[in-house]
Amino acid sequence: MTTRRDFIKSTALGAVVGAAAAAGTAQLARAGTLLHKLSNDTGDPMANEIALAAIQAAKDAGASYSDARVGRYRRQFIAAREHQVMGVSDFESFGIGVRALVNGAWGFAATRDVSRAGAVRVAQRAVGAARAARTVTRTPVVLAPTPAVTGTWTTPVQQDPIDIPIEDKVALLLATNEAALKIPGVRFANSGLALLREEKTLATTDGTLITQTFVRVGPSFTVTAIGDGDFQSYTEEMAPRGAGWEYITSLDMPGNAAKWAALAAEKLTARSVDVGRYDLILDPTNLWLTIHESVGHPTELDRARGYEANYAGTSFVAPPEKMIGKLKYGSRLMNIQADRTQSDSLSRCAWDDEGVAAESWLLIKDGVFQDYQTVRDQAPAIAALNGVKHSHGCSFADSWDSVQFQRMPNVSLLPGENDTTLDDIIADTDRGIVIKNRGSWSIDQQRYNFQFSGQLFYEVKRGKITGMLKDVAYQARTPEFWNSMDMIGGKRSYWLGGTFSDGKGEPGQSSSVSHGCVPARFRQVNIINTARSV
Amino acid sequence: MADILMTREAMQVLAKRILSMSAADETRVNIVDSASGNTRFAGGDITTSGDSDDMVIAITSTVDGRRASSTTNLTDDASLKRAVDTAERLAKLSPQDLEIVPELGPQQYRDVNASNADVSNLDARARAYAVEQLITAARTPGGAMPIDPATLFVAGFLEASSAVRCVATSKGLFAYHASTDVSLSCTARTPDGTGSGYASAGGRAWTAVDPGALGMRAAKKALASRNPIAIEPGRYTVILEPRAVADFIPGIVSSLNARSADEGRSAFSKKGGGTKIGEKIADARVTLTSDPFDSDLLGQPFDSDGLPLKRVVWIENGILKNLAYSRFWARKKGVEANGAGGGGFGHNPSGLKMSGGSKSVDELIAETDRGILVTHFFYIRSLDQRTVMLTGLTRDGTFLIENGKITKSIKNFRWNDSPLLSLARLAEIGKAEPIEAGLVMPSLKINDFTFSSLSDAV
Repeated sequence: MTTRRDFIKSTALGAVVGAAAAAGTAQLARAGTLLHKLSNDTGDPMANEIALAAIQAAKDAGASYSDARVGRYRRQFIAAREHQVMGVSDFESFGIGVRALVNGAWGFAATRDVSRAGAVRVAQRAVGAARAARTVTRTPVVLAPTPAVTGTWTTPVQQDPIDIPIEDKVALLLATNEAALKIPGVRFANSGLALLREEKTLATTDGTLITQTFVRVGPSFTVTAIGDGDFQSYTEEMAPRGAGWEYITSLDMPGNAAKWAALAAEKLTARSVDVGRYDLILDPTNLWLTIHESVGHPTELDRARGYEANYAGTSFVAPPEKMIGKLKYGSRLMNIQADRTQSDSLSRCAWDDEGVAAESWLLIKDGVFQDYQTVRDQAPAIAALNGVKHSHGCSFADSWDSVQFQRMPNVSLLPGENDTTLDDIIADTDRGIVIKNRGSWSIDQQRYNFQFSGQLFYEVKRGKITGMLKDVAYQARTPEFWNSMDMIGGKRSYWLGGTFSDGKGEPGQSSSVSHGCVPARFRQVNIINTARSV
Repeated sequence: MADILMTREAMQVLAKRILSMSAADETRVNIVDSASGNTRFAGGDITTSGDSDDMVIAITSTVDGRRASSTTNLTDDASLKRAVDTAERLAKLSPQDLEIVPELGPQQYRDVNASNADVSNLDARARAYAVEQLITAARTPGGAMPIDPATLFVAGFLEASSAVRCVATSKGLFAYHASTDVSLSCTARTPDGTGSGYASAGGRAWTAVDPGALGMRAAKKALASRNPIAIEPGRYTVILEPRAVADFIPGIVSSLNARSADEGRSAFSKKGGGTKIGEKIADARVTLTSDPFDSDLLGQPFDSDGLPLKRVVWIENGILKNLAYSRFWARKKGVEANGAGGGGFGHNPSGLKMSGGSKSVDELIAETDRGILVTHFFYIRSLDQRTVMLTGLTRDGTFLIENGKITKSIKNFRWNDSPLLSLARLAEIGKAEPIEAGLVMPSLKINDFTFSSLSDAV
């Protein structure tokens, strides 16, 4: 896990905020490895033909705009527990989803019938749904302009994970569990691999025709140690990545498993935390999720405008006119970048699901809120405030049968100017707690009050780690928390975390997103004890 | 929604066609043919409306004690053959599965009529009409109106789906079940952003949902919850409305796994080994059951292995009566399997019901000197599996009760508490009511519920 590639070099850290689409794609082109291509290729002719037939049919039926996505999804999951394999499964799903705009109202329809006739039928259904929606809708949809694009793009990987022999995958997991179970006290070991390949063709009535192939890998490992009337688990934070099999092998799961398992056993001897206020030192393996929840979600424009009110919630970063350039989100050390171009990141693409080119931009600069995450039908609402007329390219649908909407790009905390490390922060702290890896997490529907836990907790006294703690969670209010950040790591301590399963929308959709960050210290944060005896 | 779903006969033909392609020792086919339509709205406008159809075919092959599965939605012969071959190839490449249980042969099933045409006929036009009714009712809720209700921001979601599913094995098992599922939920917010109200309903039939009543209920809550005041976090008597109970109590379900309990890593593990079956774990009025034949639940009468599901009593009069046994763990422990395997219990195909009492929420409020009324919860996460300790937040209508009456709107709280420990601190159980398809929960009055901090979220 610590064999981190030199992300910084290939990310958009140096990019101009709001860089033009061409700059973003040029950067992708420079980052190329084996399978990487960004070209004017025409993609799969069959998928192209059917997608084009669908949007033509939508237009013929009266749509002012339409887009069609033909998607082919391959997913492979392997899970092992102790000395055996619990499941090997392989999924494929193929279908087409069509979106149509009629008189300013959206309609959507999807089918697994990927034929010319099926495409025409599903397009007509989408138009029918739009007409029905129009009877209620009073505010017509306006789309931000985007140039027509054609081309193909593939996640740069050295080894496609789906093509790796299943024996190798099984052997890796069993060797990992085997090594973990040798540690005294460790009774259970679970490991797994989630491997994905997604091919998407998008055609729009604006003239866009693109095909992209995404490869993502997600390893997992959890061990449980049993003590006298107690059990403690440890989950290693192995970030899923938009990368190939080479990333899995770089983690050396079998070689590290004993070390990880020993941590679960050590947790049995940890002291239960005393509640109170501490200086909190968050390792990037924990902080990435806190960024996701307390910065990523509140800066989604659809949430700020109430579109998620019934489910995921709204945002404290609202209304936009009172927030952009005004809200002091955090301390001056806080620079948050949104991005869909970073190497190995889960949200990386060349174009989003509306054909908008990937780019990088700052959400928060020197602690002050600057901009939101947007898609084509939301961007015009704030164009007069942020001066950005185009969509930031955050449209995504998790399957051919779900409608695309605003989803989070990679949202990352940029490193500080000094070459500070986690050890430097610990050395500078008089009384604190270090937290590593993700534990439990929960945040309210406007993203104010949050409570996060972790996997490993270390007590810090007078600049040194003095022992392991357990039952720790930190509870804070988002703006106070980020304004209390007074020390952050430098480039060398940057790490890219992420998740395969960020939920949003109704019906619920799941997206993959990465968050890069450095270790950081937060002053006088409320620590609670999560244990209670029965 | 668009397409006609497959009949029992058509599914049987398709399953046989797939089984005939297999060269494995044993093969199981699980097919789900589904169609769904949904309409989402916000700010009084429909923001998305759409429908989709899909058929998912999962093939599970066993070769020489090794098992693997392959899933596809392509139904031409070449694709099906490829999926069958993939499952067999993956199985052959897998190590021997020491926990393998043979596929089942023919079983007897009792049918459950869980399908209603009024749900499958709910097309985009009918959904738009229902949304219009809901919004109109929300903006004319009646009663005292401190602000113009026409200015309420109303958001929500309506989804109607139909599915037929089957399980077939190479040993002659065939099970088929058709079901429909509809749900409508809405949130009304006041334009000043200080008040929010929520209401939802759902079931197997569209008759379970009254769009106008939901709109009105959410609007009234939004108007009543304006300008909340902060009260100190701490331990309070709470009255949880049935929707809040439905967010909270099913948190126990994942702990009901027998294997985890036997292995010493569950709240139902007994110190020194074994499980807590037979022990008193909750107030004597608590009974929790799953039963696909219960007319309030109308669940699926078999799990994904094709195992017939029966009524299971988890907790009866406060005593832990049963845990969820997969076929493997049941065999190992010498008890009857009850559908915990093959993804069975996790998806809870037979539904979940907590028995209720006779009192309405209003009656519970009238009997309370001081307490907090909770509409529903948000973002619940596990803190400690040993005690089923959870954290979450209140949302969309939290009120202070004083001397038998709702007196104030209060700010939302984060809470840290356990559904299991709460069931031992029950003051009262209210009437049970359907929450959504396959879920029935009562309102509950719980003593000493722990609110740990304030949330500024509305």
